[in-house]
Amino acid sequence: MTVKSTKVETLPIRSGDDVVRVRQRVRALAIEIGLGLVDQTKFVTAASELARNALDYGGGGEVRAEIVQAGMRKGLRLTFEDQGPGIADIEQAMTDHYTSGGGLGLGLGGAKRLSNEFHIESTPGAGTRVTIARWK
Amino acid sequence: MDRIPILKLGGVLIVTIQVDMHDRLALALEEDLTAMIVRTGARAVLIEISALEIVDSFIGRMLVSIAAVSRILDADTVVAGMRPAVAITLVELGLELTGIKTALNVERGMALIQSRLAEEEEDGCGGDREVHEG
Repeated sequence: MTVKSTKVETLPIRSGDDVVRVRQRVRALAIEIGLGLVDQTKFVTAASELARNALDYGGGGEVRAEIVQAGMRKGLRLTFEDQGPGIADIEQAMTDHYTSGGGLGLGLGGAKRLSNEFHIESTPGAGTRVTIARWK
Repeated sequence: MDRIPILKLGGVLIVTIQVDMHDRLALALEEDLTAMIVRTGARAVLIEISALEIVDSFIGRMLVSIAAVSRILDADTVVAGMRPAVAITLVELGLELTGIKTALNVERGMALIQSRLAEEEEDGCGGDREVHEG
């Protein structure tokens, strides 16, 4: 089925305050597409993990938020992008409790579990792009 | 800079988090709580989080870290009032709140703290504690 985007916006991730703003915006969009409270909470949490990853490991970046529609179904898709050092071993980075920094190492694996769709691509030296989606 | 206020009630420090936590605020809270435990000789910290719409691994790490430092300074940490949706999300995220006791609300959190303090006093290991003023 074709998926079309109906609303697209981009938010910067340059500071801790931006991470808070991303959470608030994702919450508003999740409400707009009619996600229930638990699903909203899960997806906002996933977004918060990925925004913080982009900030802490990617040196900052941005997120593109899209309301997507496939037939009658509505969803919210977020694409986090940074131009940081990238991830050499994605499989390892996805493992719970693996961390290259001072974090808990739950960001990527956790974000995947909290989303319906998860996609990651990374080029060492060029950056990382993570896409997640949650459908109503 | 913003700061989260800390109340002292008997031997318990009470914090209620009403705002969306960002880095500086989290660090400031950890520092303030640590200093206040030492200054007042508090035996427990109660953190009320019913206003928090999410707890991600950043906030989880802050709570775990506060509990670990408090533990070293001989104070228990109880987190009270977590929203149901937040609890469900935490389980799926895989975050374990190591070293933290939880309570459904502030009332139950206080009861938990008081029963533990009473137990300790019976065992004779509570009570006298040097208080550092300054």
